[in-house]
Amino acid sequence: MYAFSYHSPKTVRQAATLLGKNPDAKVLAGGQTLLPTMKQRLASPSALIDLGKAEGLSGIEVKGRNVVIGAMTRHADVASSAIVGEAIPALAALAGGIGDPAVRNRGTIGGSLANNDPAADYPSAVLALNATIITNKRKIPADEFFQGMFSTALEEGEVIVKVSFPIPSKAAYEKFPNPASRYAMVGVFVAKKGSETRVAVTGAGSDGVFRSAECEAALKARFNPKSLDGVKVKAAGLNSDIHASSEYRAHLIPVIAKRAVAKAMAK
Amino acid sequence: MASVTMIVNGKEVTANVDPRTLLAQFLREHLHLTGTHVGCDTSQCGACVVHVDGRSIKSCTTLAVACDGASVTTIEGIGTPDNLHPMQAAFRENHGLQCGFCTPGMIMSAIDIVNRKGHKLDEHTIREELEGNICRCTGYHNIVKAVAAGAEAMAGK
Repeated sequence: MYAFSYHSPKTVRQAATLLGKNPDAKVLAGGQTLLPTMKQRLASPSALIDLGKAEGLSGIEVKGRNVVIGAMTRHADVASSAIVGEAIPALAALAGGIGDPAVRNRGTIGGSLANNDPAADYPSAVLALNATIITNKRKIPADEFFQGMFSTALEEGEVIVKVSFPIPSKAAYEKFPNPASRYAMVGVFVAKKGSETRVAVTGAGSDGVFRSAECEAALKARFNPKSLDGVKVKAAGLNSDIHASSEYRAHLIPVIAKRAVAKAMAK
Repeated sequence: MASVTMIVNGKEVTANVDPRTLLAQFLREHLHLTGTHVGCDTSQCGACVVHVDGRSIKSCTTLAVACDGASVTTIEGIGTPDNLHPMQAAFRENHGLQCGFCTPGMIMSAIDIVNRKGHKLDEHTIREELEGNICRCTGYHNIVKAVAAGAEAMAGK
């Protein structure tokens, strides 16, 4: 790891000021991706702005018909939250399937979203549940937040403060993990709210998380696993690597979506 | 350099460290608590697991400075050679180790599992929960037995 200066702001405002003064700085949340990346020298920020002591960034509450989760809330806390378990059990289950227990005790929802790893789990939930990312500057709808692999709508000096998830009528997440890394080769989050069904896919797209128009169209008339029978997803734009070809991933998407819909209906 | 103060195994320590010092490095090289091991150094293997404020974390993927003000427990903090922690005793009784390299992390993770899931642990739960700890000797069978036995023994303490 290359040397950096370390800052531990007490507020988000201080964090934003520090980011303004240090153009090469990175925000440290749980560090479960950033630190390994720095150890491999794939990232060498001049400064780290640690949000660990910044006030008001963790916690889970219900606000109206939304579950609002603070950016520094650890995966383990989302997984074990009675509030999330009651309102959006699919989200609690997703958080409980990230990494391993020790990683879940450090990793945060805000960190995962700001990083936008193309195989991360949380982006699919945010996109399918049509969540809103609330930063120190503005509110960003999920459809505008994710802008390609490791790329988001966050601007310089912008820090995620919380994420607001509308409570769906039905939702589930299903992933097909790589047997070695346990990262999603294909992960599908389906969510039905009123007449709208959204299907978000992670792990498969070469441009990161995306909504599957094919699956959404098939589920529009009827939210049922059978609706996905015969649905074909195009391989263009999907990842092809030593783990799976783009055709294989394309085939997996409706298969995993079908399992997710069945899971959502079983609840 | 950055100043860091934390409680390690019940004792307060303060040090000036390079901010890039990992918690694992701090424990091993500054405090000479070499029971915490570094295996993979990429947060896969779990040999470096310690507790920070009562929760298991991978100390090779945590900065020491980020633990300022925290309470850290390492394998050295849970028992002594004459008075083993029940989980340590269970690993010995059940032959839950061969080379022993992964054992400190296994035991710290196992105690965390008991703290979260209670004293009656079935095999499936233990195997799922040990996802972040790798052993290259045992094939896990006796580790799983040891964790189940240790969990029950911890109920009596």
